Amino acid sequence: MNIKKEDITSILATDCGSTTTKAILIEKRGDEFRLIVRGEAPTTVEAPVEDVTQGVLNAVTEVGELAGRPILEDNQLIKPRKGDKGIDIYISTSSAGGGLQMMVAGVVKNMTAESAARAALGGGAIVMDTLATNDKRLPHEQIQRIRNLRPDMILLSGGVDGGTVSHVVELGEIIAAANPRPRLGISYQLPIIYAGNIKARDEIQKLLGDKTALDITDNLRPTMERENLMPSRLKIQQLFLEHVMAQAPGYKKLMAMTDVDIMPTPAAVGDIMQRISEQYNIQIVGADIGGATTDVFSVFKGVFNRTVSANLGMSYSISEVFAEAGMENVMKWVPFDMDERDLRNRIKNKMIRPTTIPQVLDELVVEQAICREALRISFDQHKALAVGLKGVQQERTIADIFSQSTGDESLVDVMTLDMIIGSGGVLSHAPRRCQSALMMMDAYLPEGITELTVDSIFMMPQLGVLAKVHPEAATQVFLKDCLIRIGTCIAPVGKAKEGKTVLKAKLKIPGGKEEELEFKYGDLKVIPLEVGATATVELHPVKGIDIGEGKGQPKTKEINGGVVGIIFDCRGRQPFELPKDKKKRIEKLQTWIDAMDIYPREGALAR
Amino acid sequence: MAHAYTPGLRVVEKTIIYKERRLPLRGTVLVKKGDKVQYDKIVARTELPGNVHMMNVVNKLNITPGEIKDCMLKKEGDPIKRDEVLAKSSSFFGLFKSICNSPINGSVESISTVTGQVVLREAPIPVEIAAYIDGIVDEVIEAEGVNVKTWGTYIQGIFGVGGEVVGDLQIVSKSVDKPLTMDDITPNLKDKIIVGGSIVTNDVIQKAKKIGIKGIIVGGLDDKDLKELLGYDLGVAITGHEEIGLTIVVTEGFGQIKMAEKTYDILKRNEGLKTSINGATQIRAGVIRPEVIVPLLERYTLEEILQEHEAKAQVGMEPGSLIRVIRKPYFGVLGKVVSLPHNLTEMESETKVRVVEVELETGEKVILPRANVETIES
Repeated sequence: MNIKKEDITSILATDCGSTTTKAILIEKRGDEFRLIVRGEAPTTVEAPVEDVTQGVLNAVTEVGELAGRPILEDNQLIKPRKGDKGIDIYISTSSAGGGLQMMVAGVVKNMTAESAARAALGGGAIVMDTLATNDKRLPHEQIQRIRNLRPDMILLSGGVDGGTVSHVVELGEIIAAANPRPRLGISYQLPIIYAGNIKARDEIQKLLGDKTALDITDNLRPTMERENLMPSRLKIQQLFLEHVMAQAPGYKKLMAMTDVDIMPTPAAVGDIMQRISEQYNIQIVGADIGGATTDVFSVFKGVFNRTVSANLGMSYSISEVFAEAGMENVMKWVPFDMDERDLRNRIKNKMIRPTTIPQVLDELVVEQAICREALRISFDQHKALAVGLKGVQQERTIADIFSQSTGDESLVDVMTLDMIIGSGGVLSHAPRRCQSALMMMDAYLPEGITELTVDSIFMMPQLGVLAKVHPEAATQVFLKDCLIRIGTCIAPVGKAKEGKTVLKAKLKIPGGKEEELEFKYGDLKVIPLEVGATATVELHPVKGIDIGEGKGQPKTKEINGGVVGIIFDCRGRQPFELPKDKKKRIEKLQTWIDAMDIYPREGALAR
Repeated sequence: MAHAYTPGLRVVEKTIIYKERRLPLRGTVLVKKGDKVQYDKIVARTELPGNVHMMNVVNKLNITPGEIKDCMLKKEGDPIKRDEVLAKSSSFFGLFKSICNSPINGSVESISTVTGQVVLREAPIPVEIAAYIDGIVDEVIEAEGVNVKTWGTYIQGIFGVGGEVVGDLQIVSKSVDKPLTMDDITPNLKDKIIVGGSIVTNDVIQKAKKIGIKGIIVGGLDDKDLKELLGYDLGVAITGHEEIGLTIVVTEGFGQIKMAEKTYDILKRNEGLKTSINGATQIRAGVIRPEVIVPLLERYTLEEILQEHEAKAQVGMEPGSLIRVIRKPYFGVLGKVVSLPHNLTEMESETKVRVVEVELETGEKVILPRANVETIES
C-alpha cells in the first residue's frame, strides 16, 4: 500500500462471488467513513470472457456512475484520488469458482482431524471430507475418495509434538498413493499443508515433497490441551492465493490491482465478526444463507468458529434442504394446506431456475419456511463442531461427579448469545423486516435477551479485508451502514400451561415513560422501540422460568430498539413446540403472523 | 438490479457447435486438425494410475518396521503377480518362516520403514474419449484433447439425467401436450432417441429401458417419478453420472408442461437423423444444461449455416421478444414482451422487483418479475 493510513479518504472494495461481483465505495464524510454507493455486475471467470477483472471493471463502472464521479480511466483505476477523480485504495475478496474446497486429514477423528477441520473452515474453505485413521474406511477406500474429490488443497495434521510418528506418516502414505490431482489446472501440483507432529516432518517431506506442492507449518495441535490454528489458517490463505487463485482466469491481473492480498470471502467475514465481538465484548452468531451454501459463524468466550453447510441454500441447493429436513418439518411453518406433488415440483423448479423470485404470497411463505429449516440444520451442524477440545485430561473434584464434561459440549450457548447477524438474500431482502426476525427466532430459538440484526447488502466480506488496513473505517461502516437493527428478542425459557403468566416486565423508555407488562405462555408481542433508541428492561420471570439469571430470578438490562422493536417471545423454549393437530397448528401460526404483522392477509392467507 | 445469470435456453435449428473433448489427465491425442470424425471415433487416450492396495507387511510377518527391507523379496518399482511372495521372514534359526503374498497383479510402489506399510499398485486403467458428435476436428489441445466442430441443430434442455448417448431421432407423441404413455413404447424403438410431449412417468421410463431405448426428450417430469427412477431424492442439481440405462432430457421443467412448439417442430424436422444427447446438468457457477445435438453436415453447407448465424445475432429482451414464464402463477405459459417498465414494482408477495409487461398467449396482459421469464430465441 503506497499511502499512509491517515491520508486515506476513499476506498473501493469488491467481492467476487461465484455469480455476482459486488463493489462498494466508502468515503470519509466529516469525521467518519460511510458507504457512498454500491454497484454489481456478473462475475466473468467463465467463458466467453474468462477474466475476473472484466466483471470487476463493470461493477466499478456502475459505482462510478452512481457516485457521479470517475474512478476508471482507460480501464485502469485512478489511484490515488485526485480531487473528485479516483480512489485511494482498492481491496477485494473472492469466492468465485466455488470458493476454496479442501480435504483435511488427522490421526484421530474427534481430535486432530476435528482441529484440522476447524482450521480449514476458519481459513475460509469448504471441507469436502475429513480423513482419519479411525474413520472406519479401509485405506483403498480413502485413496479412492481423495482421487474422486479432487480438492483444491489438503491439510494434513496428526500427533502432538514429539508423540508417535507412525500414525501420521501412514496418512501421508495414503495421500501419496492417491497421487491427488487438483480441481483446477491439469499441470500444476496440488498444495498440501502439513501441520502435524514436528518429529514426522522429514518423513512427510520424503513422501510428499516431490509429488505435491508441500508446505510445512506449525502443528495445529501441539499438545492435547492446546489448539494452534492460526498458522494453518494463514498458510491456507497464502496458498489459496499462490496456487488456487493463480489458476483462475484473470486473478493474476486482479492481484496486481489490489493494495492488500485478496482474501477468501468467508475468512474476511470471520475477521470482521471477531473484531466486533472483541470490541464490544459480545457473543455473536452470524449466518450467511446463500443460493448454494449456508455459512455459520460464532464467537463465544473469545473463541471463533465457522462452519459451512455446503449443500444447504435457497436456490441451487433448495432441494437438499427439503430432502434433509423432510416435508413435515418444512410444512410445519406453512399456515395453509399444500399438495405434496405440487410442492415437490415447485421446489425442483426453483432449483433448476435459481434466480426466479416468489411473485405470489404463498410462494414467499414456502421459501421462508425452507429458509427456517436451512438455518436450523446448519446451526445444528455448527453447534456440533464448535465444541471444546476432546481428548484433554481434566482435573476433577467430587463435585464434578454430577456434571461431567467430555468436551462434547458446544461452545454455542443461546442463553448467553447477545447478537444474531443474518445475511443473504432471503434474510437481507425479505419484504418485511419482521419476517427476517421471525425466521431467525424460529430457527435459532434464542433464549433470554438477544439482539436481532441483518447485514443490509452483504458487505461484511469487504469490511473484513478493510479491517486489515483501516480498522476504524471498517467498524464505522459496519455499525452505521452495514448492520440493520431489527430489534431485541426477549424469550423466557421453560414450560408452562398455555395462558398462564410467565413473565412480568417493567420498561423504561427514553423520555422517562414507564410501562408495566405481563406476558402469558404462548404470547408473541411486539413493543415498538425505534432504531437508535434504548430502553431499560426489568424482567421478572415466574417460578420455574429462566430469563438468564436462573429459574425465577429477575434480570435488568439496557436494550436496543430496531425497525421492529422489542419482541417478547413467550412461545416456549426447551421445548418450543407446535401443536401436532394440523388445524390447531395453522391457527397458532396465524395468531403469531398477526401478532407481528408478518404477512399481508391476502392470497393464500386471506381471512 | 443486474442479473448474474441470464435465463434463456438455446433452441436453434441451424448453428455452429463446438464440443471440447478433454482427458482427465494428460495423454495422447489420436486425431489431427481437419480430420472428419464420426461420433464413435476415439480422439484421445490416456491411462489412469491403477488402484492401490496397502499392506501392513510388518504385522503380517510379526517384525518391526526397521526390519522390513531385509524381509522384502521385491523392491520399489518391481512388477508382481497375484499370490507371488512379496516378503518373507524367518526366526529361531530359520525354523519358523512367515510369508506375505501379493493380493494383486501390479507393481510395488513404496515400502515404508516407518509404518511397515507396502503400497502395491494395479496395472493402469485405460481411458478413452470418443468424438460424441459427427464433425471435424477444429483444434488439438496438445496431450489433453480436441475441439470438435459441427453444424446443425442445438437444443438445450432445462434438466437431465444420464450421460452421453447417440441414436436416431424418433417423434413418438403426436403433439406437444400429449404425455408419453405405456402404449407409445414399442419394440421397434430399440436404440432410438424418442421425443415425447408434456410428461413422462417412471413406469414408462422403465418400459423404455427394458426395450433398449437410448434416450427420451420430453417437456416435463414429476419430481416424485425422478425420485423413484434414481432411488433417492436429488438434493443438488449435478447430474450426468447416473447409471439408469438411458438418458433423459427435460426441456421445460418439473410437472406436466407441454414442450415448447418451437422445440418440438425443430425435432420433428430432424426425425430419423443421428442425434447426440447428454443429460448432464450442473446448476451452479459454470452452468451446464443438458443438450440435444443433431449434426446436419449433409443437409447444409457451412456457408449456409454462417449466413443464418450472423442474421440471428442474439439481442437482449425487448418489446416483441418471445418469452416463457418460469414461475407461478403463470408457469410454462408463453407470451410476448409488451414493455419493460423502468421502476421497481411491488408484487403480491410485497417483493419489489424490476418487471416486464407481457401479453400471454391467452391474450391476457400481466406484469411479471423480469427474473421469472426467459427469452426464447427466434
